[in-house]
Amino acid sequence: MKTSLRRRLSNRLFLLATVGCALVALIPLFLILGRLVQDGMQSLNWAFLTQMPAPVGEVGGGMANAIMGTGMIVGMAMLIGIPLGIGGGIYLSEYGRGQLAFWLRYLSDLLAGTPSIVIGIFVYVLIVVPTKHFSALAGSVALGIMMVPTITRTTEEMLKMVPRDLREASLALGISQWRTILSIVLAAGSSGIITGILLSISRVAGETAPLLFTAFGNRFWNTDVSQPTAALPLQIFAYAISPYDDWQSQAWAGALLLIMLVLCLNVTARFIRRGH
Amino acid sequence: MGDRIFKQAVTGVALLIVTITIALGVMLVWQSWPALKSMGFKFITTSHWNPVLEEYGILPLIFGTIVSSFLALCIAGPIGLGIAIFLSELAPRWLGGIVGFLVELLAAIPSVIFGLWGILYLVPVLRTQVEPWLIEHAAGFPLFEGPPYGVGMLAASLILAIMVIPILSSVCRDVLRAVPREQREAAYALGATRWEVIRISVVSYAKSGIFGALFLGLGRALGETMAVTMVIGNSPIISKSILAPAQTMASMIANEFAEASSDMYVSAVIAVALMLFVLTLIINGFARFLVHKTAHPTG
Repeated sequence: MKTSLRRRLSNRLFLLATVGCALVALIPLFLILGRLVQDGMQSLNWAFLTQMPAPVGEVGGGMANAIMGTGMIVGMAMLIGIPLGIGGGIYLSEYGRGQLAFWLRYLSDLLAGTPSIVIGIFVYVLIVVPTKHFSALAGSVALGIMMVPTITRTTEEMLKMVPRDLREASLALGISQWRTILSIVLAAGSSGIITGILLSISRVAGETAPLLFTAFGNRFWNTDVSQPTAALPLQIFAYAISPYDDWQSQAWAGALLLIMLVLCLNVTARFIRRGH
Repeated sequence: MGDRIFKQAVTGVALLIVTITIALGVMLVWQSWPALKSMGFKFITTSHWNPVLEEYGILPLIFGTIVSSFLALCIAGPIGLGIAIFLSELAPRWLGGIVGFLVELLAAIPSVIFGLWGILYLVPVLRTQVEPWLIEHAAGFPLFEGPPYGVGMLAASLILAIMVIPILSSVCRDVLRAVPREQREAAYALGATRWEVIRISVVSYAKSGIFGALFLGLGRALGETMAVTMVIGNSPIISKSILAPAQTMASMIANEFAEASSDMYVSAVIAVALMLFVLTLIINGFARFLVHKTAHPTG
């Protein structure tokens, strides 16, 4: 029996259409990356990395304060997000059977789906209002909270994949349970956990919305965690919506720097995962 | 001894995460209570947002949020599904690897960079080329009426569409891969072409999972803030035309929260955050239910 011409044609047509879909999705990716490289390169220079923002009306200057701020805020967010995430993951895989485990799984899924601006508002009420200050610390808490669900989930999955034999072998040697979990089980799952951590850092490093009402931004150099602090995404946002050409080209430079940071973390994470 | 302390420590962490999340919900309700109490149902059914008169109606924001996300899904849905079919059914391993990787890179781009690109390149192109053309050729059609602002519902929907394609394609791909082989083989045995196999036995088998993916994309689009804020024009109006500016709940919070001067004003903006939170909670919950049903048919 021969397949009719119409059926063969529509077969071809629809299969080609799916290839077309893939191409359509990649066009914006290349347009955006192309723009970033083309426009960002022009302003991304030594002065941009080392100087402070120029006063309004003056050309030049850089984003040294925002680069520093992002480093500080993301660094502190890691101190909050990583221990909580790993702790939650260990609980779920090693102890979690009852009510608490159910709620932890459910609520961390819920947290993962919560819009980042809502988390920003929450931290504003939680920290900025009582301390009466926008602060780097508040920004870090917001980003740290956003890291938790991803890390909890990957830690749980990785630890569950570690074979039972390994735990039993360790326990049989007389090593206590907590030492077994920390130095045997966690080590065995470490590459996956590191992947999860890097992915979550790459996500929060580019977040703007949760920082709007927490870290707030600052045009000056600041290393005091209790004061408003600049961050790369905040500065890009402020410059992008400004009417000045010079600021807009600085926004491109900042965006190029940010995307290099984010993509490096992201690709490294994937590379580690593939290696194992 | 060490075991007990360790177990208590991890349990403490688990409790802390649960507490933070519950505190988030409780705090939103508590802080938005004054505004909700004074406005009642008018909060979501009226259109006047006037902090001076203490009138807070968010209907245009609900409209803007739902319409921009819905349009984005109309654009991104077919594309995401197409990519998923290509990746799971057609592409040779190496090509699928490359395309999958590139699509995931799209997901890694920060929202503010989409916004930057949108405001400095997409919006000017829309304003000078696409929108004048639409207005000229669709004369009288209310969807494309009014002056070509560039910023507006169309720009926001396009940016959102680009941003949700990766999540749609990756969830759809997982769902399609979960379709049992027998399902495909049965259709091949009946003499179906490759496309017919995909359409009849794969896609229809995975239907509820694909809907789940769409709802996950919707949940993502509803809460998207920065890129939308930068291109939607931020005017709380309900217009028939997709060329007109609009405003979403998230973009309004980003714009006005810092300016909110009175306690009632702050409370009203937090109430918007609460609405957004509840909306994404419902949509995401439904989405996960649908995806789970397809990925684990017996469970």
